[in-house]
Amino acid sequence: MIEEKVEIINNAGLHTRPAATIVKIAAQFESEFFIMKDGFSINGKSIIGVMTLAAAKGSIIKLTFDGIDEVEMSKAILEYFNRGFDEL
Amino acid sequence: MTELKKANVYRGIPAAPGIRIAEAFLFKKDIERVVEEDILDVDKALENFNEALVKSKDELSKVFSLAVDKLGEKRAALFEAQIMILDDPILIKTIVDRIIDEKKNSEFIVNSEFLKYQNLMSMSEEPYMKERSHDIEDIKNRIIRNIRKKKWKSRITEEEIILVSNSLTPADTVLFSRLKVTGYVTNFGGLTSHAAIVARSLNVPAVVGLHEATENINNGDRLIIDGFNGIVVVNPDDEQLEFYQRKLKKLSQADIELAKLKDLPAITLDGKKIDILANLDMSEELELIIQNGGEGVGLMRTEQIFQEYDSFPSEEEQTTVYSNYAQKLYPLPLTIRAFDIGGDKVLPVDVREPNPMLGWRGIRFLLDNRSLFKSQVRAVLKASIHKNIKFMIPMVASFKEVKLTRVLFDECKNELTNEGVNFDNHMELGIMIEVPSAALMIKDLADEVDFFSIGTNDLIQYMLAVDRGNDIVSNQYQEFHPAIIRTLYFIISEAKKYETKVTLCGEMAADYIALPLLVGLGLDSISVSGSVIPHAKQIIRALNYKEISELVAVCLKYKTEKEIHDALDKFYFDKFGESSKEFYSN
Repeated sequence: MIEEKVEIINNAGLHTRPAATIVKIAAQFESEFFIMKDGFSINGKSIIGVMTLAAAKGSIIKLTFDGIDEVEMSKAILEYFNRGFDEL
Repeated sequence: MTELKKANVYRGIPAAPGIRIAEAFLFKKDIERVVEEDILDVDKALENFNEALVKSKDELSKVFSLAVDKLGEKRAALFEAQIMILDDPILIKTIVDRIIDEKKNSEFIVNSEFLKYQNLMSMSEEPYMKERSHDIEDIKNRIIRNIRKKKWKSRITEEEIILVSNSLTPADTVLFSRLKVTGYVTNFGGLTSHAAIVARSLNVPAVVGLHEATENINNGDRLIIDGFNGIVVVNPDDEQLEFYQRKLKKLSQADIELAKLKDLPAITLDGKKIDILANLDMSEELELIIQNGGEGVGLMRTEQIFQEYDSFPSEEEQTTVYSNYAQKLYPLPLTIRAFDIGGDKVLPVDVREPNPMLGWRGIRFLLDNRSLFKSQVRAVLKASIHKNIKFMIPMVASFKEVKLTRVLFDECKNELTNEGVNFDNHMELGIMIEVPSAALMIKDLADEVDFFSIGTNDLIQYMLAVDRGNDIVSNQYQEFHPAIIRTLYFIISEAKKYETKVTLCGEMAADYIALPLLVGLGLDSISVSGSVIPHAKQIIRALNYKEISELVAVCLKYKTEKEIHDALDKFYFDKFGESSKEFYSN
């Protein structure tokens, strides 16, 4: 299992469009993917789940990846976070 | 006016102008009452659930493609996310598992699963999460309705109707815009709600925020909706009907008169010409502007492009939007204003400032966010190939800000040249004059820019140190304060001295009483909302420049706002008569 902490760096935060993109990326992999914030754990392959997260710029969230392609998956997802959801 | 003092007259917020008389159509979202039931046939329940998902997806795809047409891809993204929810593997699996395990009816399980997420969203302190929770409610009700195999309850006939509802979701508004809805009345919502924006752009009168409209109005009631004054009359008596029919008649005569002005210039009797430009917030308004004989767009607010959706558009997306507008307007000019973000227009999730109006906004924000600013400048330059685009900068307070903007501009131009991209090398660059410090430096700023645009709303607030959103002091917000009139005079005369064009946007330009004064001050153009254009032309064509110059001279001497206001009132009503007050009866 891989565990990573990431910071939200784009101005608008984790709004609907990046939420949808994260879920689309996650869907390409087999492994399980969870997002943790404020004590909640949300399945990262669920759009309705990710939409419940209010993550403003500067907030730190924890991601876990678990499964056969966890390395590739974490790489793809982290890259998208670090690109500021392509909104920098 | 006794007609409007009766018990069947309700008042709300006037959200879109116009008068209509038609039958009420009550649009009640059935609050799907969900009861917990044990079931025997689990397979049947699962089949119903799956069919409901397919049906809902069909419905939403239709809404989605309509929304892309009407609102553009960006704003339609909301519906795409709703469609994705119908495919959410975790959500669907949980619901299916629970139907099998608990042997309960699928509506009940769907409702209970969705509620978990809605509760999470309502717990959040972010205001946009409440909106999101409504969106989720919308899709939940759609699924439940489809499980019960109920037809979409918008069987609106061919008859023209006035739609009465509690509130309207974005999906409703888009769908209704295709039907024969001739007016909107809602319990909730303000001027910026979806229903109001769509109504204005489609030229359909709307009164919102009536609180108990759905209680006081029944299906089939005859309604008068007066979108000028925010009035709804339910089952009007003869006197009221006559009163409004008279108004409607005058309105249509006025419309015919005004329509004749479409191709005529706004020129005074003694030959002073002024350009009537339009303010533009959404693409649907373009048609109205052109149809009403606007001579270009004097203010296109770009922050609107993403205001409803909470992200910045990319350079490519912006280029598409700007090119699209520029082409549709060609050869008329399109003045694009750089993102005016911050202050009252902050993004949903952003740095909160104790005093945003004096904080990080306009050009300050842009210069601190170079990559964002550059994406816009590059997009505007790329779209400028037709040579009808101008660009302007909001909230300029110092000479240095203009210099830095120029440097950034040159940088973008060099980049584009190196990339082999074409653009209009002579695209005009202007600045908004809305901060008093900039107003005092017209002489110096004139060397650096091609035009000035006076933003009266902010200029008045900053000059008089009055927040007009603050009820306690809002009566101190006086557009005819002597200092304001003198400042306008100073700006315009200085600009003329240094041969720089000057225009005025802001609500003052749409105030008929103020128009003679503004034209008299010597503006080259004014920018008003599309629906005001014909009225402005009509007024200006009846003026005499010499006469209004004298009016200006007199007003410059007054010491109080009341003297100026009275003088302008008298001038206007002497010239145009009381009948010009006709449509505004409050």
